[in-house]
Order: sequence, then C-alpha cells, then structure tokens
Amino acid sequence: MSVEPLIFEKGAPGRRAATLPALDVPAEPLENLVPPHLLRQEPAPLPEVSEIEIVRHYTHLSQRNFGVDTGFYPLGSCTMKYNPKLNEDMAALPGFAALHPLQPESTVQGAIQLQYELEQYLAEIAGMARVTLQPSAGAHGELTGLMLIKAYHEHRGEGHRNLVLIPDNAHGTNPASATLAGYRAVEIKTDPATGGLDMDRLRSLLESQGKQVAAIMLTNPNTLGIFDRNAVEIARLVHEAGGQLYYDGANANAVLGITRPGDMGFDVVHFNLHKTCSTPHGGGGPGAGPIGVKEHLVPFLPGPLPAKDEQGNYYWADPGPLSIGKVRANTGNFGVLVRAYAYIRTYGPDGLLRVAQSAILNANYLRHELASDYEIAFPQVRLCQHEFVATAQRQKQESGVTANDIAKRLLDFGMYAPTIYFPLIVHEALMIEPTETETRETLDYFVKVMRQIAHEARTNPEIVKTAPHTTPVGRLDQALAARRPNLRWRPGQERTHGLGQP
Amino acid sequence: MASLNHPADLKYSKTDEWVRVEGDQATIGITDYAQDQLGDVVYVEIPLAPGQQLSREQKFGDIESVKATSELVAPVSGEIVQINERLKDHPELVNEQPYGEGWMLVVKLSNPAELDDLMTADQYIAYLEGR
Repeated sequence: MSVEPLIFEKGAPGRRAATLPALDVPAEPLENLVPPHLLRQEPAPLPEVSEIEIVRHYTHLSQRNFGVDTGFYPLGSCTMKYNPKLNEDMAALPGFAALHPLQPESTVQGAIQLQYELEQYLAEIAGMARVTLQPSAGAHGELTGLMLIKAYHEHRGEGHRNLVLIPDNAHGTNPASATLAGYRAVEIKTDPATGGLDMDRLRSLLESQGKQVAAIMLTNPNTLGIFDRNAVEIARLVHEAGGQLYYDGANANAVLGITRPGDMGFDVVHFNLHKTCSTPHGGGGPGAGPIGVKEHLVPFLPGPLPAKDEQGNYYWADPGPLSIGKVRANTGNFGVLVRAYAYIRTYGPDGLLRVAQSAILNANYLRHELASDYEIAFPQVRLCQHEFVATAQRQKQESGVTANDIAKRLLDFGMYAPTIYFPLIVHEALMIEPTETETRETLDYFVKVMRQIAHEARTNPEIVKTAPHTTPVGRLDQALAARRPNLRWRPGQERTHGLGQP
Repeated sequence: MASLNHPADLKYSKTDEWVRVEGDQATIGITDYAQDQLGDVVYVEIPLAPGQQLSREQKFGDIESVKATSELVAPVSGEIVQINERLKDHPELVNEQPYGEGWMLVVKLSNPAELDDLMTADQYIAYLEGR
C-alpha cells in the first residue's frame, strides 16, 4: 500500500465528475443574490477530479482504516468489543431513523418506550434509582454527575465543599471533569501492596479536610484492572464525611451481572455505552454517557425524563424545580441509545453476566500467558479483572526497546496496540484489554506475536525500534508532529511522499 | 538508570527538578531521569513573569511530552529573575540538554535554608532506585 495523496493533489484543471444538464430557468447574476463584499475575488481551489478518481480515492482511504471489524484491538480501558451488526439494523429501522426529535409524543410512542425501558435496564444494571440518557459521552456524564453532586450539596447548605478526591491511576477525564465543574482535584496514591486505593491516605485526608470533600471519583475495577475490595469501606468513610461517591463506568464491562456500583455504595455512575454496550466508538462521536443516580439525587436530574401514564402512554415528564436543567439538546443521541437497547435485549441478564465473565477470563488468560516474557504490574494480585497492565521495563533495561516500540511492532502483525504509558503510575505500561468477543485463536495469536516481539527485543532490537515496517507509512516522528504541526494543505505545496502515482 | 546523568554539583527535589546555586540565585530545570521518563517533550508552558514570587512546592508550569503532561513544581522559594523563553519554540532542549540549554527558571532565593531539604546527586539516585 502506498501513501494516498490528498484529493486536492489529484485531478487536472477543468476535469469534472458530473455533467450538469443545461439551465432551464433564467440565469440570475451572483451579484444579485449575494452581497458583493461576501463574494470571492477568485474561485476557490477546489479539487477537479473525475468520478473514478473520487471513487478510488475514498476506497483507498477506507482500506487504510483499522477497526474491530478488521482485527484485534486490545486497547486497554477502551473496551473495543465487537459491535454486532444487528444493532445497526435496529438503528436503521425507518421508525427510528426517520424521526424528528420534536415530533408530537403520540407519533413517537415506540421511541419514548425504548428510552423508558433502556433507562430501567441501565438502572437495574447499575443498582441506581433513575438514569438520564442525555449526556453525549462518558466525560460529559462525569461533568453532569458532578453538577448533580454540586446541586445536592448546595441544596443542603453545604456548597462550600470544593474538593474531589481522585486516585493517581484514574482516567484523565476525572480531574478534568472535576476542574470543569468548579472543584479542585486532590490526588490519592495507590497502595503498592494491593493496587487499590491507599486507605490510610484516604482516612487522613478525610480527617483533615473531610468537611471540604464534595466527592470521590473511583473506577472499580480500576485502570490497573484490579478490583478494589475496599469499595464498601471507602463508601462508608466518604459518606460519613458528608461526601458523595462517583463511579466512573469505563470499566463496567468487568462487573455486568456480577456486582453493581449501587450495591458498593456509589451515588452516581456513568455508562460508556460505546464501551460496555457495544455502540460504535466512532471517530469522536456520536457517543452516549448516561448517568444513573440514587434516590436522593433524582430531583436534580436533567429533564425531561421518559414516563408512562396509567393508560400505558409514554410521554416526556418535565423535571422538578431542583433540576440542573438540560445538558444536551433533546433527549440524547437517540441512534446510539437504540443500539445499546438492542445489545442489552440481545444478551439479556444471563448473557450480560457471561459477557463480564468471558471478558475477565480472556484478560486473565493473556496475563498468564504473557507473564513469562513481560513484567506484569502488581503480580501479587492473583486475578485481574477485564484488563491488566504489563510493562516493557525489562525490555527497556535490556535492549532499550520501549512500550512505544512494542506497540508499533504489533501493527506489523495486523493488530492494534494496547494502550501505552497509562496508567501513569506504571513505567512503560502496556495496558491490555482483550474483551469477551475475541476467540481463543485470536488470543493465542496475540500471545505468539508478543512473545516473538520479546524475542526480537533480545536478539534484533532494531527491527522493533524501527517498526512498523508493513504499514502504508513507517515510524512517524510524533514529537515533530506535536512540536510543529502542519495541518493545512496549501495550493502548490510539494508532495512529500510517493512517486506521483495518481 | 546507569546511562543517565545526575551531576554532583546540583541539588535535587523529589518531584525531579534540579537546582544549581550561584550566589543568591538558583537555576531550576528538570532532571535527566525526568526527561527520559517523559520522552520527547513537545511543549513547555511557564505562565509566569520575572518579578513574581514563587514559593516552594508551588506549581510553576506544565510540561507535555508525547506520553504525558506533568506539572513543574518549584523546589525552592524566590523571586523569578529569568524564564527560559527559548523553550517555547525549542522544547526539545529539555531532552537534549536538561542541565544546559534546557533550564527553565532563575530565581533569587528568598529562603536559602530550603536548599538543605533537597537531595544530593547520590541521594537522588538512591531515591530513584527505590521508586
């Protein structure tokens, strides 16, 4: 595969993909239709290409995509599970796809019913009283959840609480959301013995600053793939100090049907439907990050919420006076919600339990198989959950091969790389999450490749350090790209790659 | 660790800054270990100006690499005398010469006794090995 030029670099002056029929209405000069000062002085340099050039161009680009439909994608904390095509069929049904969000309720009963039921399913899965489907992504859910917590504290006359406790292995969105919500993030270290929260540190923080603590944000299992067995005790301590507990649902794939954030004592939880419920990760959207809350936070939820009257009619119920208001236009990314609904209905309660069990089994299998060639973070923890963190520390010390090099080398074998250099508390981290949807053969192939890369690191480190070798472009200078980004093509700019292949 | 350089004439903080004392002034940067851990530095932001007071353990900026973003933490207190403006356009200097052209701040020490709380090179290396 060669480098694909930009569409602007193709074609020739005057070339067109379509011939328009002759104008059959009177021509009106442009100046009469658009104020002259808004008119271009010279034509925009748009691509001038034939139809086959367009078709080949976009076909080539589509062939350069890598996704779960193409190959293994063990990106830790991202839960890159397969997205069943049935979900797409359901979302494409005209009764869903062709709706307008402002249609009269009587004409969209099925759509409201779907959201009504989805709310109930998510509430059941998380152990929460109610759920809002509005937030557009996990981080948006985090912000919404913290806004609810803030509204709750203020309503109780405790608006002075200004701290949010966050472990040092948290997703970066947690401190960002806390800051955006007007809080100050306070870091809590990980206990090196257990891989869980440092309980002594938590106790001393609550003792000295407990009255300032608005909430703690936790992911359980955490980003090390370790289930924090102190969750219930953490909830007790934080609640005693008057704080609330926020559950980052990014790792919910590990707990489906096994345990529930609500039962661990959490007050708010968000779902990443694109992770746990197999909706597309998309190129940055659209997403959905519903949040569930316990009873005491329900009055603050954004509205409207789906409701059902005594005759069995569905409608949108306005929120009460304490609501924080809408966090998004209309009721959420409906098409994504349809896919999540289809997923939950396809699997059912028993199926979702098996999802979590298989995800955990697959991760533990890889963790065990890779332990001979790679150091595993927190090896003293007997079992991981849906993901685990390996490190390239040994390789880096022995031959200078880093986690980044190993990630690049994996691409040569038709697989995507794990998450690297996260969580930050593990040096040379390789964070691996296989998900439940991969076959034994795929997992075995990944193990084989990882062992080969470890072997190469010992015997021929250059091949790893200069990888990838089989992709359309080789090792990119990622530092230069960040230091001096060149994001815009300009007319007349020289092509920097290739032989001029059209 | 063996290939990294931590000069004996500098003082070191637990947050991986180094301090070079000359008279009543101190130059501050990040250690070879820190730049090695960060990887290629792509951005250094120090949103301060000469004349401003900096106290020990105060955040004085952010450093971003291809791997992560970290806070820069003042190892000593003092008035800012000079900021290395070259890092704006040449963040790679932090990787290439962490103790030379990659320096970040010069401060006029307001509490020289704080220097005693910093580590020697040997102590810093031992600290890194235990980390």
